[in-house]
Amino acid sequence: MRASRFSLRRFLALELVLGGFLLAVMIGGVLASGWLFPDGGEAMDLKARLLPPFVRAAHPLGTDPLGRDVLSRVVTGGWISLTVGFWSVLGAASFGTLVGLVAGYYRGLAETLLMRFADVQLALPFILLAITFAAIVGSSLPLMIVLMIVSQWVQYARVVRGSVLSLREREFVQAARAFGLPDPRILFLHVLPNAFGPVLILMTLNVANNILLESSLTFLGLGVDPLVPSWGGMLADGRTYMQTAWWITVFPGLAIMMTVLGLNLVGDWLRDNLDPTAKVP
Amino acid sequence: MTLFLIRRFAQALFVVFAVTLIVSWAVRLSGDPAVMLTQGAGSVTEQDLANIRLALGLDRPFHVQYLGFLKGLFAGDLGNSFMGGTPVTVLIAKALPATLILAVSALLVSIVLAIPLGIRAAVKRGGAEDQVIRIVSLAGLSFPNFWLALMMVLVFSILLKWLPPSGWDGPTSLILPALTAGVINTAANVRLVRTAMLETLSAQYIMVARAKGLAERVVLYKHALRNSAIPLITYVGIQFGGLVAGLVVIERVFNWPGMGSLALDAVSGRDYPVLQGVVTVFAVLIVGVNLAVDIVYGLVDPRIRTE
Repeated sequence: MRASRFSLRRFLALELVLGGFLLAVMIGGVLASGWLFPDGGEAMDLKARLLPPFVRAAHPLGTDPLGRDVLSRVVTGGWISLTVGFWSVLGAASFGTLVGLVAGYYRGLAETLLMRFADVQLALPFILLAITFAAIVGSSLPLMIVLMIVSQWVQYARVVRGSVLSLREREFVQAARAFGLPDPRILFLHVLPNAFGPVLILMTLNVANNILLESSLTFLGLGVDPLVPSWGGMLADGRTYMQTAWWITVFPGLAIMMTVLGLNLVGDWLRDNLDPTAKVP
Repeated sequence: MTLFLIRRFAQALFVVFAVTLIVSWAVRLSGDPAVMLTQGAGSVTEQDLANIRLALGLDRPFHVQYLGFLKGLFAGDLGNSFMGGTPVTVLIAKALPATLILAVSALLVSIVLAIPLGIRAAVKRGGAEDQVIRIVSLAGLSFPNFWLALMMVLVFSILLKWLPPSGWDGPTSLILPALTAGVINTAANVRLVRTAMLETLSAQYIMVARAKGLAERVVLYKHALRNSAIPLITYVGIQFGGLVAGLVVIERVFNWPGMGSLALDAVSGRDYPVLQGVVTVFAVLIVGVNLAVDIVYGLVDPRIRTE
């Protein structure tokens, strides 16, 4: 028993190490992309179109049909994914947490409304909502982020509400109330820090999820501008050339996978350590 | 129990109603179908556009259009497509079976793969096999489904030339899309089966079953799996929405003539009635599956009803 528990602990650490490493490489590469590839992946080398990977040192991952370097486009393209992941989750988590705090603490109408919202959200898959709305303003980065916030804040609100329901009855919160502390102070300084673990886990997993969603939408032509290098856009372009040039579709996908796997590993590790009672995997 | 059923049913109706309202409102913000219809038709005057709007009923205020849609919905009529005038119900009747076949095959693939793998991981908890299964299933959740679809086409259609890359060429066409959707779902389900089994395996009746000398296979598949089934069934219900949504993208990659392709074409053509119909059918499907799961759950576990 002791031995198996020990190896499990080591495994948890392995998750963190592997996830942290993947994230460091991908995020570091993307942050440094302006310095590594000053041309932003736009420079065309017309004498080296559709060059296979691992052939020429100047283009280690090959080139696309316009002679643009696949490596520099993959690294630069990460900006879109990271921007979408970061802002959509920050927005949804802030708004959702606020609503969850109010609904769980004051109960009443706010709570009823929240739960009905959650039902609706469950029945309306994001991608359908997105393809409907993407046709409105055309497709754009801010629109996509707003849609993700609109469709995901409910998750945070539900999680926070759940924790607040039990926290509000705990002694330390009642003590704070008995001291006559103002409600906002109780909520943000006493309740929120104790409800934050699950929120953090959800945030990590949703950054991962939203990077996947962004690439799907862009792939369908409903996401970011096809002229801006992005992973989903590169996959859409590369699809036409799959018969002859596999590398254009393989490498952006690998980049997505490394980033998202890194986030999932870290999220998993967080869940095991912060929220051991979580039921849903 | 009756009260529980009535309440769940009322909630389900409310959800479907809310979804149709959101979508028909949103879809009308999305541009003028009259302009889309006349694209490439040469000289089009403002009067022509107005006539088209009149013919399609787009000149009426939104609430009138929406009430008309609701009325039709109860009569089993979802209107006619703006493109070619085919009744939406006919289009959906053609596309829905294709999507359902794909969804059910994907579910089957994922169940067949996930149950043995998840049980294996739970039994070997903390061991090397568990770690490999966990990391691989996490990796399976870490790429977009359409990329897996592209890779499947690359390997099985382009390199090996075993299977048709897209469209419908007989039953072999089903294999690639179903595998793609199934594998993605497997990754999630393996983790679920593992968690549920871990909980069950620590129960005392499992110890009893083992103590009385039952074969390990019987203990795992007959005693433990049955008792882990409830959380699994619930989660498959919740997953259904995600599965169907994922199919939208997979259908596009494989040119599968299902609801996803219908929806995407409707968006690019501003074909309101079709899009509205597709989303309504999706919502009814998802809500229906969840309702069924809730009812089954309530029948099996009396504690849920009183909540």
